[in-house]
Amino acid sequence: MFRFVVRRLLVAGVTLVVISLVTFGLFFAVPSSPAKVMCGKNCTAADIAQVEQRLGIDQPLPRQYAGFVKGIFVGRTYGSGDFRQDCPAPCLGYSFRNNQPVTEIIAQRLPVTFSIVFGGAVLWLVLGISLGMVSALRRGTVFDRTAIGITLAGASMQVYFFGLILLYLLVYATGLLPFPSYTPLTENPGRWAVGLLLPWMTLGFLNSALYARLSRAQMLETLSEDFVRTARAKGLSARQVHTRHALRAAITPIVTIAGLDIGTSLGGTFITETIFGLQGLGKATVEAVQFLNLPVVMATVLLAAVFIVVANIVVDVLYAVIDPRVRLS
Amino acid sequence: MSLSPVEGVALAEIESTGEGPEQKGLVGRSPGQLVWNRLRRDRTALVSGIVLVLLILAAVAAPLISRLYGTSPSQQFGDLLDATGMPLGYVGGVSGDHWFGLEPGLGRDIFIRMIYGIRTSLLIALGAAVVTTTIGVVLGIIAGYLGGVVDAVIGWFTDVALAMPFLVFALAVVPTFSLRFYGPRDAIPTWFAVTTLIVVFAAFGWTGTARLVRGQVVSLREREFVEAARASGAGLWHMLFRQLLPNIWAPILVAFSLAVPSYVTGEAALSFLGVGLPESVPSFGRMIYRSIDYLQTDPAYVFFPGITIFALVLAFNLFGDALRDALDPKSSR
Repeated sequence: MFRFVVRRLLVAGVTLVVISLVTFGLFFAVPSSPAKVMCGKNCTAADIAQVEQRLGIDQPLPRQYAGFVKGIFVGRTYGSGDFRQDCPAPCLGYSFRNNQPVTEIIAQRLPVTFSIVFGGAVLWLVLGISLGMVSALRRGTVFDRTAIGITLAGASMQVYFFGLILLYLLVYATGLLPFPSYTPLTENPGRWAVGLLLPWMTLGFLNSALYARLSRAQMLETLSEDFVRTARAKGLSARQVHTRHALRAAITPIVTIAGLDIGTSLGGTFITETIFGLQGLGKATVEAVQFLNLPVVMATVLLAAVFIVVANIVVDVLYAVIDPRVRLS
Repeated sequence: MSLSPVEGVALAEIESTGEGPEQKGLVGRSPGQLVWNRLRRDRTALVSGIVLVLLILAAVAAPLISRLYGTSPSQQFGDLLDATGMPLGYVGGVSGDHWFGLEPGLGRDIFIRMIYGIRTSLLIALGAAVVTTTIGVVLGIIAGYLGGVVDAVIGWFTDVALAMPFLVFALAVVPTFSLRFYGPRDAIPTWFAVTTLIVVFAAFGWTGTARLVRGQVVSLREREFVEAARASGAGLWHMLFRQLLPNIWAPILVAFSLAVPSYVTGEAALSFLGVGLPESVPSFGRMIYRSIDYLQTDPAYVFFPGITIFALVLAFNLFGDALRDALDPKSSR
């Protein structure tokens, strides 16, 4: 188990280095200098050179990358003399727009995205898996057929359409809910939940359609397996057979997908945040891309990759915990 | 958001092995005819197939429709808007001349922009699906047949591509790529934007098909017919594309048909977030993004593009599922 985790971590590290190299190379391949963008129209060549020096982009690419990596682990210093700016580890640079440290931007935005994903994931997992399970157990009934129809439609529905429908119906037309907003959980848990209810419902309902389809198929397959028959033959109650034996086996592939989904979403729920005007990581990325704010884009791409890679490892370890047939080696 | 349809297919395909039993009748039928017959008998396939054909026809014949309808996608009808830029009349200005009403603000006709939107969307989605399937099939078949180092290297590339956060990356790459060739204020030609999108989808999308094909080839590799071909001195090219490929058309076809809707939504998501196509090109994502500001006052503006893309994706998904059933009747869903 320990060796497995160490090896996976090493592979994950290499993957992250590759991703950071690709992103880095790509951004600095942009022909127009970000210094020119930052400086404005009335800049002389000397001004631009000064800004470039301050940003550290006057150096050759390999050295810039080395500086970037060094900044993350031990911190770095930008510029010199009057323009000296110390950036302690983990340093991801400064925003080209307002010189705010990128780490600060991420620290502000991350809780918003985390909250959206947390509530949404709870909703889609509970709703999706229970719907799929009940459907599978009542295969062929009216309930099952209705569920199949709804989930099929739900799986083809898009966040940008469904979210707007909910927004119109629940906020504009009936006023049942306030327009979504973010209040930190520590400040006021009630307002936190009410403000995020709409994004949770949007993500929760849409994704639960996919999860219901998946868990129904898995459950049907597991129910036809020998060990379920054995459990029944032992005289266990239907409830025990279904939850303790069948569900546990059926849920393994769902854990994989849920882990990856949550990992990917943590990198930014772009469309949800855009629709509901929430200032999360996704919105920060979209804005940064519009203004070619490279340090912020770099940081968010890397962070999103970290979430995916970590989610992968967590899923593999969870696998072994849930399913005793899986041996990590 | 979740498991790509291609991988879903992979799971289903791995579980079921090979072709169903050939139906014995008085008349000999080819596998293609069998599939066609099964599809024709399937009501879902029939309905979704007809909807798809209609939508594709609308996309292909967009200029013709525009002429018959009497409106071009960029034509503005300012005189049909009130002083605040909202369309006059009911449901966002629906009338005999403007079936889906007008856009608030610019006053362009929504119906004809939708028709052109389907055209853009399908062009990109089909293009991306063809490119990704081709790359995926070639790499998957090579990795599966050769094994060893080649397999390991391709597998590693797949893993890295899968760890890349697609949406973030696409968001970052598309504008950078355009800026490499055009200045920040230049108008980016449509063909360039379309190619960029297809390239970005291709860079990420091939992994699912490659895994699927590799799995299939690995299970075929040790079969007698492969051994026979090898014994009779068949070259690598012949092995891969004459012996192996014809045996795995079914899963590839299903993966392809389910990849198309995922690119339709991918393109819409990107243009919704403001990257991809220039403002002048009609596209679903851009329309829906613009409609957010008018949601309270003119909900019809959200409704028409939203319901159209929903219908498009649903029809593709239903047809893909039906196709899988027809190609492989034993698989249980």
